[in-house]
Formats: sequence, structure tokens, C-alpha cells
Amino acid sequence: MNVVAAVAEWFAQPEHWQGSAGIPARLAEHVYYSGLALALSALLAVPLGLLTGHTGRGGFLAISLANFARALPTIGVLTLVVLGLGLGVVPVLVALVALAVPPILVNTYEGVRGVDPRLKDAAQGMGMRGGEVLWRVEVPLAMPLILLGLRTAAIQVVATATIAAYVGIGGLGRFIVDGQRQQLIEQILGGAVLVVALALAVTALFALLRRLVVARGLRVPPAGAAR
Amino acid sequence: MSEAAAGAADHPLWGWAVESWTWGWANLDDPVGPLLGEHLLLSLASIAIGLAAAVPLGLLSVRYRFLYPPVLTGVNTLYAVPSLALFFLLLPYTAFSPWTAILPLALYTLAILVPNVVDGLTQVPDHVRQAAVAMGFGPLRRLLLVELPVALPVIIAGLRVASVATISMVSVASLVGLGGLGGLITDGFNRDFAAPVVVGIVLSVLLAFAADGGLVLLQRALTPWARRDARPGRRRRRAADRAARAATAPRPAGPQPEESP
Repeated sequence: MNVVAAVAEWFAQPEHWQGSAGIPARLAEHVYYSGLALALSALLAVPLGLLTGHTGRGGFLAISLANFARALPTIGVLTLVVLGLGLGVVPVLVALVALAVPPILVNTYEGVRGVDPRLKDAAQGMGMRGGEVLWRVEVPLAMPLILLGLRTAAIQVVATATIAAYVGIGGLGRFIVDGQRQQLIEQILGGAVLVVALALAVTALFALLRRLVVARGLRVPPAGAAR
Repeated sequence: MSEAAAGAADHPLWGWAVESWTWGWANLDDPVGPLLGEHLLLSLASIAIGLAAAVPLGLLSVRYRFLYPPVLTGVNTLYAVPSLALFFLLLPYTAFSPWTAILPLALYTLAILVPNVVDGLTQVPDHVRQAAVAMGFGPLRRLLLVELPVALPVIIAGLRVASVATISMVSVASLVGLGGLGGLITDGFNRDFAAPVVVGIVLSVLLAFAADGGLVLLQRALTPWARRDARPGRRRRRAADRAARAATAPRPAGPQPEESP
């Protein structure tokens, strides 16, 4: 209980809420890196997943690419890009994009692949062309899995963006890394609590998004994830 | 190869590759080999402990369905805790023993393994279960000889994702002084020298691929019936693979009220 009190006290101190090293500023940095990385990853991975899933070609390549990216140690990628290009936002983004692409790509691909072929036949029978089948049948049906992939990626990115602090960049990881250097357990815990809170907020955001973009008839557990 | 290196050495990427190869080869005995061994041990221990915890948790969640939503929320919340923070927080208790790295990594695997154990067990066809009962199998024998083997492909699919994720995450533990190949990465960062970093990344990726391939082979060895089934047509096995892959992503946290119609 001692520790809990110390963390509560850490949060209660007004100076932790002010200035460029305060909680709001660090949180904003964290959200900025994570959001940008997630947006970039989605721009890369969603079209690739839709294309490979729709055409059925290149699926093996896409999955292999995702597996390769999954195997990359994030901290190694971060360090290597820092050594090559110097400190900045770019290394953090590269490392986080490598982390976020696999879940988005795999889930988008599986979501589109998993659409019942009979539904696609029916859509074609109704006169839809390839693009129409994709946008009006496959994408809506794959939406639960696409969102799941995006959410998994978002949570991983939010949790991992903390290592940006290791190469001297901001974000909530600063509290954790600096807390370790100064032997302030309550500051490490405070930083961790903030990251978990952000991840929970992301989860809530995706629940809301799901309500908005997933067709009402599909709001049962998605077929692909139910297994 | 050396002429080619000389010819293209002006390209920085090629320079990196040659330098890394030379450095890695020259330092194979001193830091590289032992660190690779440490990396392997840390990840194996984490995955084994994670699996040992995930199977009973999964069994309980299947037996008592009401437990599953809170268990899922719990493991997913743990998954969101930054590894760096967990390592630092354990440091005062476990000091620089391997447990500082193993415990957090084992906890992270739960978010991947528990849903897969549960999914694998719940998708055991009812007629299979009934056949086992009719043959006089008690609950324990049914579980060990029928249900777990049938669930094995889904569990192994989860193990594959968990082992690749763990092997790539072990490196973060180098920030508390024990991260296997991550030690090469922090060393390179501290010395502003790319070669160890490249060697660390490459070996870590190779280790992840080896573990993944090893698990595929293990699955083939443990489920001979699946191979026999697949022979008439590859299509069925591919469909099963797809199903298994789709089931491996960590899944929604907790009960989702909007899902009820």
C-alpha cells in the first residue's frame, strides 16, 4: 500500500503536470508518435491486405512480410535507424511501423479472404464489378477483423513507444527511463500507469469505432476471430 | 566476395553489411555466441512458463465460462504494460537474475496463448467429445487423449506467434543488463557502432524463424492424422492454417456489450 500511496502522491504533485516535462506534454508526445505510426502503418498495410485478400494473389508474400516484421526486435530497429540517421522522430516511427504493420496486414488479409465465396458470387450475380464487390461486400464484412488488427497494433504501439525514451526522445517512456536512473519507483509506476490508461482509452475508442463502422448485422463476434 | 565488397563499398548499406559480417565473425566466441545462447534460454524459459500458466487458465476458462471475460481482460491489460516498466519494477526484487526478464515475458505470452487454448478447446467438435464419452473415457483421459490433441493445431499456432514475439522482445531486457542479443544492440548504441546492432538484429530474426519452423515440425510430428487427412487435397489444410492464423491475434478485452444483439 506504501507504493500505491507514493504513486498517488506522484500524480498529485502539481509540478508533474506543468511544463515540457509534465504529464500533459509527455502524453501529447506519446499520442503524437503512436498516432502517426499507426496512421502510417494503416496506410501501408490496409491497402496491401485488401489487395492481396481480394485478388488472392501475393497472399503468401504478404504473410511472409508480416512474419518477418514480427521477428524484428523493435529496439534493434530503433537503434540502427538512430545510428544511421541521427536522433529524431523518424527512427521511432520506423521502429513502430515495423511493429504495427503485421497485425494490420494479417487481419485485413484474413478478413477479406474469409468472406464467404457464395456472398461474392451473389454480389457478382447482382452485377457488381470487382471494385464494387470489394468495397460493398468484402470490406464491410472484413471490417470487424480489420478493426481488430488496428486495435492490436495500436495497443502494441502505445506500449512500445516507451522505448523511444531509451534513445533520448520524449513520450511517456521518459518517466520510466528517468525514474530508473533516479531510482524513483513511484515515477516508473506512474509512467506505466499512464501508458496502461492510454491503452485502455485506445480500447474504448475502438469499441466506439466498431459501433460506428461495423454493420449492425455483423456485431456478433467476427467469424474469423470466433474460432 | 572481397572484390565485390571493394567495388561497392561506397554504398553505405553494403558497407554496413560487410562490416557487420566481419565483426560478427571475429567476435563469435566472445560476446556473440554466449549472448545467442542466453537469448535462446531466456525466450525458451519465458514461453515454457507462459504455456504452463496458459493451459490451466484456459482449461478453467472453458470449464467455468464466467471466468473467461475477466481472465481475458486481465491478460490483455497486462499486455499493455510497457515491458521496460515491468523490467525496471522487478529489478529491486529479482536483482539481475534471469527472472527479471523471464517473468514479464512469460506474462506477455498469456495474452496470445490463453485465447488460443480456449479457442482450441471450444472448437473440439461435439461428436468427437461424445464418441470419447461413449468409449468410456473419464474427464481427465478425455482431456489428455482427445480434447488437447484435437486443440493442438490452434494452441501451436498461438505458440508460434508467442515465440516470435518473445524472441524479438527479449532484446528490450538488455536495458536492465540481460537481454541476450539485445546486449549487442545496446553495446552498439553506446559505442555509436552499427555492426553489433546489425548482428544482433539478424541473429534475433534467424532465431525467431528457427523457432517458428521448429514448432511447425513439432506440430506435424504430433498430429500425424492431420497430415493423412490433408493428402487428398491441399486445400483443406490451407483452410485450417488460415483458421489457425486468424485465431492468433490477441482478442477483444472483456465482455463487449455492443455485441449482444
